[in-house]
Amino acid sequence: MNAPERPEVEARLANTSPSGIEVPIQVGPEAIGSERIGRPGEYPFTRGIFSDGFRGRLWTIRQYSGFGTAEESNERYRFLLEQGQTGLSVALDLPTQCGYDPVDPMATPEIGKVGVSLSNLAEAEILFDGLDLAGISTSFTINGTAAIVYAMYLAVADKRGVARAKLTGTIQNDILKEYVARGTWIFPVRPSMRLIADSILYSNEQTPRFNPISIAGAHVRDAGCTAVEEMAYTLANGLAYVDELRARGGDIEKFAKRLSFFFYVHMDFFEEVCKFRAGRRLWARLMKERYGVSDPKAQHFRFGVVCGGSSLVAPQPHNNIVRVAVETMAAVMGGAQSIFTAAFDEAFQIPTEFSAELALRTQQMIAYESGIARTVDPLGGSYFVEQHTDRMEAAMEQVMREIDDYGGVVKAIENGWLQMRIARRALERKMKVDSGESVVVGVNHFRRTETGEIGEQFRLDPNAARRVLEKYERVRSTRDAHAVARTLARLTDASRKERENLMPYLIDCCHAYATIGEMVGALKREWGEFAEPVRLS
Amino acid sequence: MSKEEALLQGGQQAPLRGRRILVAKPGLDGHDAGAKVIALALRDAGAEVIYTGLRRSPEYIARVAVDEGVDAVGLSILSGSHKHLVEQVLGQLRDAGAEDVAVFVGGTIPAEDRPALAALGVRGIYTAEMPLAEVIGALAGALE
Repeated sequence: MNAPERPEVEARLANTSPSGIEVPIQVGPEAIGSERIGRPGEYPFTRGIFSDGFRGRLWTIRQYSGFGTAEESNERYRFLLEQGQTGLSVALDLPTQCGYDPVDPMATPEIGKVGVSLSNLAEAEILFDGLDLAGISTSFTINGTAAIVYAMYLAVADKRGVARAKLTGTIQNDILKEYVARGTWIFPVRPSMRLIADSILYSNEQTPRFNPISIAGAHVRDAGCTAVEEMAYTLANGLAYVDELRARGGDIEKFAKRLSFFFYVHMDFFEEVCKFRAGRRLWARLMKERYGVSDPKAQHFRFGVVCGGSSLVAPQPHNNIVRVAVETMAAVMGGAQSIFTAAFDEAFQIPTEFSAELALRTQQMIAYESGIARTVDPLGGSYFVEQHTDRMEAAMEQVMREIDDYGGVVKAIENGWLQMRIARRALERKMKVDSGESVVVGVNHFRRTETGEIGEQFRLDPNAARRVLEKYERVRSTRDAHAVARTLARLTDASRKERENLMPYLIDCCHAYATIGEMVGALKREWGEFAEPVRLS
Repeated sequence: MSKEEALLQGGQQAPLRGRRILVAKPGLDGHDAGAKVIALALRDAGAEVIYTGLRRSPEYIARVAVDEGVDAVGLSILSGSHKHLVEQVLGQLRDAGAEDVAVFVGGTIPAEDRPALAALGVRGIYTAEMPLAEVIGALAGALE
């Protein structure tokens, strides 16, 4: 694979429109004579956290990718980076996410299926082989085992001699929404919250440019929530993490600067734009009014988005290309810090190289051809947009009050109350599509009998699982077994001490080539497992 | 009857009344929105529904199916591991002498994998775009 030739002039956001009209970086309230809306970069940040919007720095173009073996995924990452992607987003397989080694009977059928298998440091070394860890930002969609995968990433950097302070990226590390929607929980709520606090506090010191959590609404949204609920549940979870970190002695003026968020963008354009504007203002208000946070950077609501998800459908799959483009525009209008555009075939398979590239090109066209990114918050001051933002914010506060009235998010999750609320919403959403009230082109309206060709199909290498198992056995038989036993025993000891930060112990385990299943196993023996509240009413 | 209920029942009165159905999530896949929507819809259509919750082994699912004496098992799988997991659940049911339990599959199932699942003995495959009334109608028909 050769990188395409670079054009002479670097891609940039022009300061004039195609017809030659000057385009200002920002338009202030004086333009419409209102004092209420404010300016970008100023509290309460309705209009964005940066005064220079995307002209200062474009959002990170970050495509979720990973499958099969570390070797195959490394090859896909190199391809995406050569095509102009600006950050990596690592998709991990379910055994890695749930803390099972590939040899576990629960794990074997799932090896490499929805992401790459990463059971120990040797695999991580292959996954990042040849990639400049100090130069790229790497995001991991990992939750139950986030602290372990973060430890593995640090161990790779250590071995390569890359200074930890130079590392940038994100671990999702948001366990609360896993209990509600995504399902890769392992431990009960209490010890999980402790592990998250450990990783955040450790990251603040060791990798100050790294986002040690990405509090996510995306998955509850895809599971059925409305846009208002997506934001409200996410902010409620965010407050639960803030309270946990403060109880651990963390300084909110410091750790709040590294909290980040993650959402879905679905098709209703202004709803999505206003969701982000309202959420950004509400979070800043909560930080300032509830906690007295004074540093603007610690009031900032920084978020990444994914365009696609359950808004994409299998019938007439090429229609999804247009959906993703509209959603990407909403993400840009909402002021996202990073964007992942799903591929049109993502509703039913791992994207092919063709569809993955098309999704990436969609972002590049919107960034550099459409011109919509030139002026920060160009919809600010629109009568409708401002009114809708206000109304969504009020509705979000109402949902957050309902959770408080129930007794808080942790209780709502442990009792399955929140899960049931979302399941009912999902049924409502489905009923509206079935009845035709919610139009989905090609599905319930404007259908064709034949649904159209998918085109190229992605096929996982059928030998990937076998190769993963072989590599796993090789690591197990060649590592220093005493070092593994010693580091795991220390991890167990540390897990018994409430206030001991587990990160250094996990990093030692990784350096000794302890596996993810061994580390999780050691902690499970101490902490037990989450008891899922299974209810249908 | 509300409009939604009428829609679910396709004009019939509770087409699944008297049926016991197990909705199950085999393997590690945590996407349960579809499983819960189906479980709620089947219940509204008159069935007695048991839902397993997440991350269940094929052995566990077969055991619950037998212990609860269900007429049907609905497996929800979105992780791409459907062939392996369906085969295992069917095998476990057979070993328990419960081959008369009808097995249905929902989730992300590529078209080209469907004949193989049918050949294993799966009685119906329902994906996200199918209206609930159709799913219920097909299930009621298959269980007659």
